[in-house]
This record gives sequence, C-alpha cells and structure tokens, in this order.
Amino acid sequence: MKKLLLIISLFACSLQMVQAQDDLLSSLDKENPIPTDEPVTATFKGTRIITGHSVENMRKRHLDFLISHRFGKVSDGAYNFYGLDQATIRLGLEYGLTDRLMIGLGRSSFEKTFDSFLKYKLLRQTTESTPISISLFGSAALRTLKYTGTDCDYLNNTDRLAYTGQMLIARKFNESFSFQITPTIVHRNLVETKDDKNNVFACGFAGRIKLSRRVSFNIEYFYVIPSTKSPNTHNNLSMGFDIETGGHVFQLHFTNSQSMLEKGFIADTRGDWGNKDIYYGFNISRTFSFKK
Amino acid sequence: MQNLKYVLLLVISLLSTLAQAQVLTCNNGLMSFFSKTPMENISAVNKKVLGSISTVNNTIAIRALMKDFSFPNGLMEEHFNENYVESEKFPKATFSGKINEIVDFKKEGTYKVTATGTLEIHGISKPRTISGTITVNKDGSIHLVSEFPVVLEDHDVKRPEIVMMKIADKMDCKADLTFIVKK
Repeated sequence: MKKLLLIISLFACSLQMVQAQDDLLSSLDKENPIPTDEPVTATFKGTRIITGHSVENMRKRHLDFLISHRFGKVSDGAYNFYGLDQATIRLGLEYGLTDRLMIGLGRSSFEKTFDSFLKYKLLRQTTESTPISISLFGSAALRTLKYTGTDCDYLNNTDRLAYTGQMLIARKFNESFSFQITPTIVHRNLVETKDDKNNVFACGFAGRIKLSRRVSFNIEYFYVIPSTKSPNTHNNLSMGFDIETGGHVFQLHFTNSQSMLEKGFIADTRGDWGNKDIYYGFNISRTFSFKK
Repeated sequence: MQNLKYVLLLVISLLSTLAQAQVLTCNNGLMSFFSKTPMENISAVNKKVLGSISTVNNTIAIRALMKDFSFPNGLMEEHFNENYVESEKFPKATFSGKINEIVDFKKEGTYKVTATGTLEIHGISKPRTISGTITVNKDGSIHLVSEFPVVLEDHDVKRPEIVMMKIADKMDCKADLTFIVKK
C-alpha cells in the first residue's frame, strides 16, 4: 500500500513536470499572472465632455493646443446666416505636469476673458477595486471687456475675477457608457446687480455613449440651485459628438451657452433651447508630446 | 512487474526534474514595433516582455502584455489599446514554438535560427516561422534577437487611418531578450 501511494505521488509529480515542460507558455502565464486590477482608461475622450471639464487629464509631458469655437444663435436667422457670422473663439494651451496634474491657460474672445485652471486626479477608477474616478478642478477667469457705462467705473478693475471649484465624479460603466456628476461652485467677486448672487451653486450631469469605434454621443446638463440663479439665465444643456480621427479627437456640439468658461456657461447661460437659442460649436485640438 | 513500473516512473520523474532545470527565462525583454506613415510614424516599445527557452526540448515561448506597450504619443497609446488591439479583451500577444535548428546551448557561439509555432495577437492565432539570431554567452545565458513583420489583417486588427486614409497594413516588430537560468 505504501508503495502504491509512493507511485501515485511520484506519477502525479512527474506528470505535472512533464506538462510544464510541454507548455512553456502556460507556465509563463502561471508564474506571471496578468494583472486584473488595472486603471480604467478613456472614461471620456477629451479633457472636456462638451463645455465642462471631464475627469480626463492631459498625459504627462503632453501639451494640447485647444481651439474652441462657438458660433452665434441659430435663432438669429438667415440675416446672420443662422449664427455662422458671429464666431467666438477660445485659444487654450493645456499641459500635463504629471499624469495626475494638469494646468491650462486660455483666452476667450467672448467678453475678452483670460482664464487659468488646475485639474488634479484624486482617484482613478480601476477594473476591480475602485468603482469611480474623482478629480478636483479649480479655475480663475478674468473678464477684460471694457465697461462702457459711466456710472460704475469700478467695473473696470480686477474685481471682475470669477472663480470656479468643481469636484468631478465619474464612472465608466462599460465599454460604451460613462457618466459624470459635477458639484460646482462659481464665485464672482463682483456682480452687476443686487439680484445676482456672488456664489452660484450648481451640479452637472453628463454622459457619454459610444456609437461606434470612432464616434460617441455626449450630453451635458448643469442644474443651478434656483435660489442662487441670476434672473434671465437658464440651465445649460449641451449635446454633441466626439469624432476620433486617428491621433486626434474632434468634438462638435450644440449648446445654449456662448461662453466656454464655467462662470459663463454655468452661472450665466442666456440662451434658451425652447427659444431656439442654440449655438453650434466645435473643439479641435493638436497634442504635442514632449515625452522622452 | 510492479517493480519495473516503479523504476520506470522514478526515471521519468527524475528526467523531468532534470529537464525543468534546463529552462532559461527572461522577464525584462524588449519588443518594439514600427510603421512609417505619411503623417505620423507609429512606434511603441514594451520593456517587460517575458520569455522562456527549454534547452532540452528546443522550445521557446514569449509573452508580451499589450498594456505594457508605451507610445511617444499618449493618445495614440489609448487608441491602440481601446480600438485596435482591444487590450481589455485580449490582454496579451504570445509566441510559442519549436526551434528548428540544432543549437548547442552549452557552447558559446552565435546561431542563425528559425522557430516554427503559433503567433497569437488580438486573440487570433496564426502558424508562423520566425527567424532570429541566438547567441550563447559565456555565463550560459542566451541572447535572442529577432525581426519579423506582423500583417494587421492576419490578426483581425483594423488598419489605422488618418482622415479616412488607411496608412499602415503591417508593423515591423523587433524582439530582444536575454534568457538566464532560473534560480
């Protein structure tokens, strides 16, 4: 009986070894299991979902030259060629200091505004252990459009700064669907009327649905807490498409806000979808890599 | 009869133990691919390629994880993983095969070799014979260098395109691995 046991164990042992020998590949896999808890990539295709920021950053040592356009209102009719006569533009330079921290500078023709921002990836969604990604976003925007009235000269000084703080919380549910919730505060140093609040609280909701390998449909909505909302402003609703062309992403969209900065499109959206105040716009970018 | 069986098994198990000791492995091999295109060249390097060679059976196996390929352009890397090789579904590329030539792994020298086996990329296996050069070093380690093309269509990888223009149909791949005796 002892002998038999010995034989069986020896047999099992030798069988195992012969097998390992026969298949080098499976032993490679066995000794080096493929990591399964990997960071999730491409929750969104760009650093913007439409107008608002997404949880995506520029990669380390990558510089993005971002050119964003918003045309005039479709509701302006044929005289203004349905808005195409009046383009506003934002030129931006955005850079990834690390894979988690990016900075950006921009200049918008709308209200002659300069802006700068920082975005930091606090938490990254992984395939197993971490269900969501969280980023923090902070920006400052300076409006330099000259105030033409005579009654309040102070409107021309640097008190016209506005700040935005956001927490971006996103999850890529599967290959084709991602969703983001964005609690936001916009602080305006100086407001024009008594009815405008200095602090505007809002929450953004945005989603991405992948339609094909190259095209995805995005939608974005910012709900402004009514008690902090300025009169005659509307909640921002935008929808658009991301189109991947090789190494680039081309975004085109329809929105009811002409401003491309948080203090504008969240706190001061003047257009109304019901009124056909729809602005057509697009973002194109060129990324330069300085990766060694 | 019982005794004979016992002896036979003992011999087999001893032999296989011996054979096991003659597997050389590599865990930091290099693999790169390149394609010249009119717009932007496509290139990537993987520095974490695994491999093993059995000097008894004359067999070789190589494994590269797709996510370990690093591109100069990060967006291109994302597109590679997401749209072309679909790294989440097919995380690895592998080759396993048998070396056709007789190589004396105990003697220093350089040998031109070919290996016939299976190349798997993007979940699709193709029989391939790949040529390369093996150098047996003084310390017993084995250095392998190989260059081979991979036709994208063979592995059902869509051809990259820029503005609707298909720009590459194959990748020139290079492998450079040093195998050492397993400790």
